[in-house]
Amino acid sequence: MLKYIIPFGLFAALGVFLFIGLHRDPSLIDSPLIGKQAPEFSLPSLQDPTFQVASKDLKGKTWVFNVWGTWCGGCRQEHETLIAISRQNVVPIIGLNWKDDNAAAQDWLRQLGNPYAAVAADQEGRVAIDWGVYGAPETFLIGPDGKVIFKHIAPMTMEVWIKEFLPRIAAANAGKGMQS
Amino acid sequence: MKNSTLIRALLACVSLFMAGNVLAVDTERAFDDPALQSRYEQVTRELRCLVCQNETIADSNATLAQDLRKQVREMIAAGRTDDEIRDYMLARYGDFVLYKPRMTGKNFLLWAAPALFLVIGILAAVIFIRRRAAEADIATDTDIAGSEAGKS
Repeated sequence: MLKYIIPFGLFAALGVFLFIGLHRDPSLIDSPLIGKQAPEFSLPSLQDPTFQVASKDLKGKTWVFNVWGTWCGGCRQEHETLIAISRQNVVPIIGLNWKDDNAAAQDWLRQLGNPYAAVAADQEGRVAIDWGVYGAPETFLIGPDGKVIFKHIAPMTMEVWIKEFLPRIAAANAGKGMQS
Repeated sequence: MKNSTLIRALLACVSLFMAGNVLAVDTERAFDDPALQSRYEQVTRELRCLVCQNETIADSNATLAQDLRKQVREMIAAGRTDDEIRDYMLARYGDFVLYKPRMTGKNFLLWAAPALFLVIGILAAVIFIRRRAAEADIATDTDIAGSEAGKS
């Protein structure tokens, strides 16, 4: 009897692993930044190059960092969601306009609406490399202690926002309340 | 006359083989110093382009790969060691950025699996052979016993 159970058990275990593997998206790679200090940056604002959008000005706040570009289809797809999120006024959304044409990006925001509290223009893509960005759109959540709490790769949806972001934002803000 | 056609044909073949180099993505030479250039080529061949996952950043023409090549070039020029460059990429993109994966606690089982399977295989073989040998012994014993019984 054991003679049949053992091979069958091994086969079933292998099947389970392969089945799980089948449903995992290989393009989603865990960010090593989670739980670490978010990389600092200071870049000219998209709308006003004389003004610097700097991460240090966001210390003590919970904020969302959204990497986008007008060349990116997924960014167009998530734009309405970002606008809806910004209307909730929960946290500021800071945009990182990644390797984009400034004029095109400004047009995009004029036409589709601007969900961002500020947009940093990363024309050379250096800040994106620093943040381990590899495919827009990517959305980070940064806590008041300046640590990266969460990263979402792929277009933002209301479901992801409610399930993944809002509870973490609430927890981060609660932690802040206890500290002060 | 015939000889020169042969040489020409050979030359054509050789140049066809060389054409592969022209197709390489990263065409511009990064460094004049051959030592630095070979380090640059080595490092960019070890780093994965995360958008086009089965290519190294040396092989890919994706903008991210171009940016990462530039980053590597600048870090080499700034005198950073290969390990420092690797660690820099690891800290930002995680283990997946390395084409040749490291052994970490998380993937230890994966690394140990071949040895583990070999041990399991050897154990299974030993048990199987022993059992067969034991069965054969019993069989021959009874055979002998049987034939002896038949004799008498």
